[in-house]
Amino acid sequence: MEDATLIHGYEAIPQGALDAGCLHFFGYPITPQNEITEYFARELPKRGGRFVQAESESAAVAMLFGAATAGVRAITTTASPGWGLMQEGISHIAWCELPCVIVDCQRGGPGQGTTRHAQTDYLSVTRGGGHGGYKNIVLAPDSVQECYDLTQLAFYLADKYDNLVIVLSDGILMQIAEPTKLQTIDFPPLPEKDWALKGTAKKGGKFSTIHSTRGLAGTYVQILKALHEKYQKITDSEVRFEASQADDAELLLIAYGYVARSCKGAISMARAEGLKVGLIRPITVWPFPYEIINQKASQGCKFLVVEDSMGQMVEDVKLGTEGKAEIHFLGLLARHQSGELGMLFPETVFTEVKKLL
Amino acid sequence: MSDKKAIVKEKIYGPSELRPRYGAGGCRGCGHPLVAKAILETIEELDIAGRVIYVQGIGCSTGGLGTKLDGTVQAHGPAPAVATGIKHALFDDAIVITLQGDGDCAAIGSGYLIAAAARAQRITVFMYNNANYGTTGGQLAPTTLLGQVTTTTPAGREPRMFGYPIHVPEMLATMRGVVYSARSAINTPANYQRTKRYAKVALQKQIDDVGFSFVEVLTPCTINWHMEPVDAMKWIGEEMIAEYPLGEFKNVAQID
Repeated sequence: MEDATLIHGYEAIPQGALDAGCLHFFGYPITPQNEITEYFARELPKRGGRFVQAESESAAVAMLFGAATAGVRAITTTASPGWGLMQEGISHIAWCELPCVIVDCQRGGPGQGTTRHAQTDYLSVTRGGGHGGYKNIVLAPDSVQECYDLTQLAFYLADKYDNLVIVLSDGILMQIAEPTKLQTIDFPPLPEKDWALKGTAKKGGKFSTIHSTRGLAGTYVQILKALHEKYQKITDSEVRFEASQADDAELLLIAYGYVARSCKGAISMARAEGLKVGLIRPITVWPFPYEIINQKASQGCKFLVVEDSMGQMVEDVKLGTEGKAEIHFLGLLARHQSGELGMLFPETVFTEVKKLL
Repeated sequence: MSDKKAIVKEKIYGPSELRPRYGAGGCRGCGHPLVAKAILETIEELDIAGRVIYVQGIGCSTGGLGTKLDGTVQAHGPAPAVATGIKHALFDDAIVITLQGDGDCAAIGSGYLIAAAARAQRITVFMYNNANYGTTGGQLAPTTLLGQVTTTTPAGREPRMFGYPIHVPEMLATMRGVVYSARSAINTPANYQRTKRYAKVALQKQIDDVGFSFVEVLTPCTINWHMEPVDAMKWIGEEMIAEYPLGEFKNVAQID
């Protein structure tokens, strides 16, 4: 690839953030994403930015909240148990409609689970995670290039909708290295953040209050309604997915993240044998691409959902097909070995495909 | 409101450039608006209003400001971490203060408080101590006195089950990153002036970029103490100050 640099996923994500103009990182070390934290620790001071190692993930997300109220682009990165700790702050971010970006490099849960890769946070991430009912935009890369590009997109979407955007990655994507084009993306202009807290002296005496108690003044239902209208707008305009060899497919694989790569391998094997298999890969897992799934179900496609969990995204596929299609599931129990190092490999997916066609 | 009542209110609460409306600290005899007034007057006297950003927690301390300053009301506990985020976001070009209750600051938020102090974060934390959880109806707080009756210690706070009152400024004074740590009260005109004096030093430490500063203020909660306002002020003087002595526990010109 021309002009490409060989970098790891753990370099692509922080580099994407820096290239999006993010100069503030707040985080707490946790495996398997410590290299991201360390990248920011090295790079931010050189650029006049601020790197803060917080005392916990709850504190990191509170610092993120603070930085967002001041109108700057800021980020925290974590892995599953840390994601769990952040939920209180995230719920407040949702209610205050603050533009923030969080990276969750999934590892196996629940509890301490394993420090290695998995896809067991899907439901927590796509359903909001904390109390009260809200939505995070969730972007799921499947390559190092996408780690870089989607992190930039995350900042744009956060500012466009005043919403939290999650980059949902995993331990495998962090550790692989691929040629990556490090090209800053030009996004359309965004409105000025005239609501940001800077001190009234910088705002001609105008003051702003950003308050999580704003629903207490008799406006709760009104604010909740506006918030969900925003979520509907995002649902209507921001769905992204990759369709690969899906046009003539009799069986569609549905997968995201590192597992989608195994599925692509399986499809090559299947196509070589003349089997009509394709892939729908959600890039936004919220908003989920229900419409294309529904369309394909109406055309008589069968589905095989492949994910490195005991079955989470499969629920969204069931919602999308509305009972019109046969849905099969290949999950964490199909890993090539039973220890925490086990992965879902193309051969395993291919074997399953042959059983279904 | 009758003219007389308006005059009385104005004498107690206002007027102030920063305080366009009378305090939202709703209960009769609540001390929170007085603490807020002392802080706001100090901010005016230091001429830093345009640079101040406040961070409030959840509890009665949430309602006590009602001001024209930039600020945020966020979750219960993490105000020092939120303040940290704001301070860094603006590359230290702001005076960031937190206004927190005793439960917010010393129970659910104690971890955030200690960590911010250890980082010598250039912020100023004001803690309202009314020895109980006011907003939720008068339950045990970390600052509740031994023997004090609350709705969750109906037989009085006894230490075997409920532990001992926490002395926050004394504790913070042991930390290297803390450059100012003091406790005042709002029960007498003299102590009102003391509160302003302490607030002024604490804010000046931040203006001078010296380190973390902290002021606790003892304040009455008439409703949950089941006392008339005058008796509540007396109770602070007779009971609370005995447990929580007023004074400056640390005041250094620079971190040693």
